[in-house]
Amino acid sequence: MATTTRPAVPTAQAHGHAHHGPELRHHFETARQQKEAATLGMWAFLVTEVMLFGGIFMAYILYRWAFPDVWAESAHHLNTPLGTVNTVVLLVSSLTVALAVHAAESGNRRTLLTMLGITLLLGFAFLGIKAYEYSEKFSHCNGYSTPLNWVTGTDQHAVDECLVPGRAFIFPVEHGAEGAPAGAAAEGVAHGEAAAVQPGLKSPYQLFYFLYFVATGLHAVHMIIGITIVSILAFLSWRGLFTPSYFTPVEIGGLYWHLIDIVWVFLFPLFYLVH
Amino acid sequence: MATTALPQSTYLHDDTPGLWAWIKSWLFTVDHKRIAILYLLSINFFFLLGGLAATVVRIELVTPQGDLMSSDVYNRAFTLHGVIMVFFFLIPVIPSVLGNFLVPLMIGARDLAFPRINLLSWYLYMFGGIFALSAAVLGGVDTGWTFYTPFSSTYSNSNVILTIAGAFIMGFSSIATGLNFIVTIHKMRAPGMTWFRLPLFIWSHYATSLIIVLATPVVGITLLLVAIERIWGVGIFDPALGGDPVLFQHLFWFYSHPAVYIMILPGFGVISELIATFSRKRIFGYEFIAFSSMAIAILGFLVWGHHMFVSSQSVYASLIFSFITMLVAIPSAIKVFNWTATLYKGSISYRTPMLYALGFIGLFVIGGLTGIFLGVVAVDIHVTDTYFVVAHFHYVMVGGTIMAYLGGLHYWWPKMTGRMYNEVWGGISALIVFVGFNMTFFPQFVLGYLGMPRRYHVYPEEFQILHVLSTAGASILAIGFIIPIIYLMGSLIAGKPAGDNPWDATGLEWQTSSPPPTHNFHETPIVTTEAYAYPPEAAELDARSWRPGSPL
Ligand SMILES: [Cu+2]
Repeated sequence: MATTTRPAVPTAQAHGHAHHGPELRHHFETARQQKEAATLGMWAFLVTEVMLFGGIFMAYILYRWAFPDVWAESAHHLNTPLGTVNTVVLLVSSLTVALAVHAAESGNRRTLLTMLGITLLLGFAFLGIKAYEYSEKFSHCNGYSTPLNWVTGTDQHAVDECLVPGRAFIFPVEHGAEGAPAGAAAEGVAHGEAAAVQPGLKSPYQLFYFLYFVATGLHAVHMIIGITIVSILAFLSWRGLFTPSYFTPVEIGGLYWHLIDIVWVFLFPLFYLVH
Repeated sequence: MATTALPQSTYLHDDTPGLWAWIKSWLFTVDHKRIAILYLLSINFFFLLGGLAATVVRIELVTPQGDLMSSDVYNRAFTLHGVIMVFFFLIPVIPSVLGNFLVPLMIGARDLAFPRINLLSWYLYMFGGIFALSAAVLGGVDTGWTFYTPFSSTYSNSNVILTIAGAFIMGFSSIATGLNFIVTIHKMRAPGMTWFRLPLFIWSHYATSLIIVLATPVVGITLLLVAIERIWGVGIFDPALGGDPVLFQHLFWFYSHPAVYIMILPGFGVISELIATFSRKRIFGYEFIAFSSMAIAILGFLVWGHHMFVSSQSVYASLIFSFITMLVAIPSAIKVFNWTATLYKGSISYRTPMLYALGFIGLFVIGGLTGIFLGVVAVDIHVTDTYFVVAHFHYVMVGGTIMAYLGGLHYWWPKMTGRMYNEVWGGISALIVFVGFNMTFFPQFVLGYLGMPRRYHVYPEEFQILHVLSTAGASILAIGFIIPIIYLMGSLIAGKPAGDNPWDATGLEWQTSSPPPTHNFHETPIVTTEAYAYPPEAAELDARSWRPGSPL
């Protein structure tokens, strides 16, 4: 019988927990191996995330190529100032996460906690601003200029713009009909009645906002997951779990946060700045 | 080699008594071997369900009229068959059952890199399965497993969303498994286990995992978009709402063509092991087989357009897709040639796993060659959506994946359970499967070439003889699948203890006891030789010392 093994040196097998910390799980030989495995696992996971958003980007590329004018015009109706603020918020949060990892590495628990706390605040700020942007779009569909008016029920007017995809979708240019780019708008006018019943459904403008809501919505879901992860990290570091020799969770949690930022760095120009 | 009793402490034994403790020790296990057993039971359950749906389809097709069911019910039957077999059987079966059990054992690790994520993947699989089944119970789906838009997103009035949710969740189960394998193979290899000492089973699972990780998220987002479109009535794939249905097909096949390799590449890995063991020879062209897996994984991402030759795709795109599709034949052929070269002058023993392996080679050659026919644009346009396509992919998936799975299951059964199955019944059922399979699907090539479209439940009378032949073959095939269930279960009680290495094979999994202890190895193995290190004269020695009744 062919033998491919010989007995290992006994120390490689020893399972006593004396010579390593409690965070080393039994199926790893060394702490270094465990750390490398966790990091590689996170990178592989980030690849799956990129591919997930890749499907949306593919749809974006196709429709932007098919309707370049529509895309340029639609971007004007997003709140670019707020989008810019959000970009800055996220970029700063990337910095604080990087500083948190550095603090964990040098064993500075106070700084680590502070940085994770700031990151959390910035994450909530991003989500708050995003929620305001969404509610702006929804309030337009209900005939209010701002979400504040919508909540208080003041100054309701006729709906002249509704950028939430669906049956109520109205893009102002189509409505005004003058100077509308070729294609759907003209078709909508030609079809008369059908266009009046479903003004937005056949509109390529609708595709832009559909992709906008799906992409930013999916991104927001990732933000919520990211905030959860950072909260757990903050709790664990408050409990004093991390040491300069073991801070892998902070590192791979930070990787995840950077990915969310990078996705936004792509989403922001693609939707807000294409005009 | 003769062993009279099973080892005392194995992964199957529990320390704590009591039924509830026993249930908990299985449902909350993080041992890759136990999770493999959980997968074995649940995946085989889904296989039987998918087989039941296939039975309904085949019975309906015995007569040219639609007398057993309406076209609507028929649509639901073949969709159920497709969805269950593709998403809940073929894609997970070899990686999740055999891969889960063997990847750590073969590389000399104590477990996969992320045991808890491994358990999570089983729960996701079951959760997705429950969604898909509830869709079937609540009235079924009629879109076919391909969920083509705009039918699936707008017009179908069946349970599309539940089914899509099932496939979506199951996708994350795949991703968890693939990610675990990649990290495990990179970081958990035993000392001395270099990349070129890895068994080819590991290489093929590595290639498979790369495909899973890169392709599955794309189908995830695509199905999510279909569901959103269906729920909110906004259009991204429906031309009536301004969208593009061909975009759906591009995104869907960007996953679903590579998914074919998720199904077949692990099978290649199994066959490489079986051929080497039962020829008692070093595998011929190790590096070529290893790299052909990687080549298939890469080329597999560049051919999805061959599903869209009749979907208004540009002619030039079709030509390029056609050309790359034919390139896939090269690494596939490299494997087949290397296996046959391994057989040459080997000491071949026709044990059950080897029968499945030889059957695999024959059927895969037919399935692969007809794939080249279909890759030619002119031929494909003639036979698109006919039984020719149906026969082709069943030759690859049933003749390939299922044959490899059954062969591998028999081969590693002694390792998983510690007991031998009944070799006589094993050989008989392998032959029944082979005969039944060819009788079921070969007539379908003829049917398709004569113009029988797929997914129709009524057909012209001149096709009846071929359809009856196919249904008769399916009955034989069913018997071939049921016999192993009986004797494999029986072997758990009556099978004789297998011993550590019943096949006298190389490979780390045969160095530990059968069944292995919870942490796989009592001492971390150190590898000093390449895989398949059969001594050069092993085959000749075997042949010389063979007597009637010899075990090998
Ligand atoms: Cu294909």
